[in-house]
Amino acid sequence: MARTPLTFTLNDAETALFVDEGANLIDVLRRGAGDLSPKQGCAQGNCGACTVLIDGELRLACLTLAETVEGRRIDTVAGLAGGPDLHPLQAAFMDGFAAQCGFCTSGMLMAARALLDRTPDPSRDEVIEAISGNLCRCTGYEPIVDAILDAAQRMRQGGRRAAQ
Amino acid sequence: MLTVERYDTMAEAAGAIGERVHYLAGGTLLMRAVNYGYPGIDRVVRCREVPREIRTDTGGIRIGAGATMADLLASREVEFLHPVARLIGGPAIRNMATLGGNLFARSPYGDLAVTLLALDAQVIRAGGAAEPMESFLAARDRARGLVEAVIVPRVSAGEFRYAKVTRIKPKGVAMMCAAVWLRGAGRPSDPRIAWGNMGAGPLRAKAAERALNGASLDEHGIAPVLAACCDGLDPQDDELATAWYRREVAPVHLKRLLLGGRR
Repeated sequence: MARTPLTFTLNDAETALFVDEGANLIDVLRRGAGDLSPKQGCAQGNCGACTVLIDGELRLACLTLAETVEGRRIDTVAGLAGGPDLHPLQAAFMDGFAAQCGFCTSGMLMAARALLDRTPDPSRDEVIEAISGNLCRCTGYEPIVDAILDAAQRMRQGGRRAAQ
Repeated sequence: MLTVERYDTMAEAAGAIGERVHYLAGGTLLMRAVNYGYPGIDRVVRCREVPREIRTDTGGIRIGAGATMADLLASREVEFLHPVARLIGGPAIRNMATLGGNLFARSPYGDLAVTLLALDAQVIRAGGAAEPMESFLAARDRARGLVEAVIVPRVSAGEFRYAKVTRIKPKGVAMMCAAVWLRGAGRPSDPRIAWGNMGAGPLRAKAAERALNGASLDEHGIAPVLAACCDGLDPQDDELATAWYRREVAPVHLKRLLLGGRR
């Protein structure tokens, strides 16, 4: 099978590898680039576990043909924390017990980050809309929504990386 | 073995489409098929330059085939389409799913195509040929080539009404959806009613349209419309609902649309 060279920026790191024809981005991130933070869930766009940012825009890695990200920037949850310091979203999820089994957490965090990047002071309805493409199989939506609202408040109050 | 072909222009890409060759638009449907190894996909065709501009044009508003649902929601030109685009998927899907792809989406997807059918939109193929949405949708499974854009008439919010009926809240795939273009602020003049998931593809309810033409939008005036609601439609049993249930509830949703403008 022909392999295609692919270069992109993954959480500030220049990444170059070869991908199979027809490979999706989630496979390339996890198996090729070794970033296991986005999860492989349904592979059909229903669960949102593979949610990443591509050039700052929320996307599903399982439905993204890998070669289409040539030269682009990809942000995953692995790049959210700055060294030992958790991002305010991660801290709020931890403090608010917003992760149960944790499978949806990386997708939820990226969806929340995309929201807060554009809407620093979201309403509860806006938060619900923002994560409407992400399924929590533990059905723990209320603490997740609360945590995102909490993180937004922390970031407005001067939390680290508020304007990143 | 799957191969991917890349082209710079839509004309080149259109020439590559054929049996077992599929065009990659937003990827929300095709990549799922690729991921699961569905048979019948030997080659995937990509085009690097797909128009996604939304602008005023002769006969209405021209929307590039590459415009995503998020693009529609960001455009004031097509504000009347916002209630439709907003109910398609979550934010990530809306950043990916395109108008062009939606025209080929099979049931239970393709809500936007239903709306464009109700609005008498024109399909512009790569190469410039125009075709009414109705004939395009009727023959889309046999279609060759690519869609470059759609031209949709400029519609005021009050004369267009839309409902998507789902089993999951706040949103899920459509058990059925209905789009109504009343054409005018008073009594409807040559109106359009289109349904999704009330047949094999998007369908106009022409008997109901005739009954609605010139009718007053009150309980008495729309009674003949509701009586003819499902004439010419062909709902099927599937995992979302039975054909019987669809026939029973379709007039209820149409009534709400006509009387209250429920979205």
